[in-house]
Amino acid sequence: MSGRKIRLIARLDVKDENLVKGIQYEGLRKLGKPNDFAVRYYAGGIDELVYLDTVASLYGRNNLGDVLRQCAQNVFIPITAGGGLRSTDDVRELLRCGADKAAINTAAVRDPALITRVADAFGSQCMVLSIQAKRTANGWEAYCDNGREHTGLDAVEWAAEGERRGAGEILLTSVDCEGLRRGMDAALIEAVRARVTIPVIAAGGAGSAADVVRATRAGADAVAVGSLLHYGGADVPAPKQTLRDDGWEVRR
Amino acid sequence: MKRVAVIDYGMSNLLSVTRALETCGFAPYAADSSAALSDADAIVLLGVGAFGDGMRALTERGLVPSLREHAAAGARILGICLGMQMLFEYSEEGGRSEGLGLFSGGVTRLPDADADGAPLRVPHVGWAPVRAADGRGLEGTALAHLSVGAEMYFVHSFAAAPGAPDALAVALRGSIPFCAAAQRGNVLGCQFHPEKSGPAGLEILRSFFA
Repeated sequence: MSGRKIRLIARLDVKDENLVKGIQYEGLRKLGKPNDFAVRYYAGGIDELVYLDTVASLYGRNNLGDVLRQCAQNVFIPITAGGGLRSTDDVRELLRCGADKAAINTAAVRDPALITRVADAFGSQCMVLSIQAKRTANGWEAYCDNGREHTGLDAVEWAAEGERRGAGEILLTSVDCEGLRRGMDAALIEAVRARVTIPVIAAGGAGSAADVVRATRAGADAVAVGSLLHYGGADVPAPKQTLRDDGWEVRR
Repeated sequence: MKRVAVIDYGMSNLLSVTRALETCGFAPYAADSSAALSDADAIVLLGVGAFGDGMRALTERGLVPSLREHAAAGARILGICLGMQMLFEYSEEGGRSEGLGLFSGGVTRLPDADADGAPLRVPHVGWAPVRAADGRGLEGTALAHLSVGAEMYFVHSFAAAPGAPDALAVALRGSIPFCAAAQRGNVLGCQFHPEKSGPAGLEILRSFFA
């Protein structure tokens, strides 16, 4: 794809009204109000935001709307939101709250036709297939419910099927690397990149700007970072400058 | 404070643009009929979805003649994304549909291959730098500050091919330019989303409606 421009995305995991961060999705720590972080990242020049409601799919509820509406008050860039979305109606409600795209994991695993329904109703650019991939002896398995529930699906094959069914992007999180800040799963990114043509957003494990560059070299179109930004390890411009120094195009 | 009517015809999310207009110091309100446009200082026409559906929704609400009247009377009108496309004479999306005809030219599907045959993804989604169309300058327009190469956020599968006098700005997919903005007098159309394009996008709203 010509003119590949790398996006840096801030990933905001929310639980109720709080921004949280865990390690491999466990031991969630409260970090503060998500909007305070969102506004800071927006001011720093982040390209997009991804909000993930960490508990919605476990308790079957959705409280992302308030967080999104608040974000839309003063953040004017594309916003993806997910966590517990089960239907096109759920997606429509999120869009009404200010989101531009919907990230769907569990409901798409249970009913893969939902991918097509969302893409048909709102456009494929709106349908982000979220995949939580965990290493196995000979590849990666897709998981649901924050890395807790097996799906039996090969994560790479599932990404390819998601594209066939109309997904516009893959949000690819390595459960093994998630929250550890020790680097991302480059082999996973490469494997998925080789099977899909739609953009791949790599997530899970970035602990430094160099990790963001390595994920990009592995084929990511966008890198979603959480801890790296939340814990003050980097301001938004730093990883973008490191990407630029490595020869990648990023938004100014 | 300037009252900006945001056309509400059931096809788009008004929240982001409404908040963006408020941030820029304007007083936006949702307008779903020609009566609601009567005390507007300016108008925003958004849109998501198919061209034919959008024009039908405008027609059902009696908004087509009133938008043309406001344009002729000199009201500032901004079309965004599908709202911009509907300002043209026609679109080829889903068979030919007539548009508002405030700009000359029509709307066609984006090519799916670059000049060298390399594939280009449709829809086109993402940030792209915007520059003046051939023979045009951005000075004196609401896009003047973009001459430094600010990038705007696009989500679209179709793009307009404006008649030369209306073409204002272009962006590139691969090596192929497409229409990013068109302007005729008091009417401006942006294929990108100024309300999702960060501070440089907001500056377009501030400047156009000032």
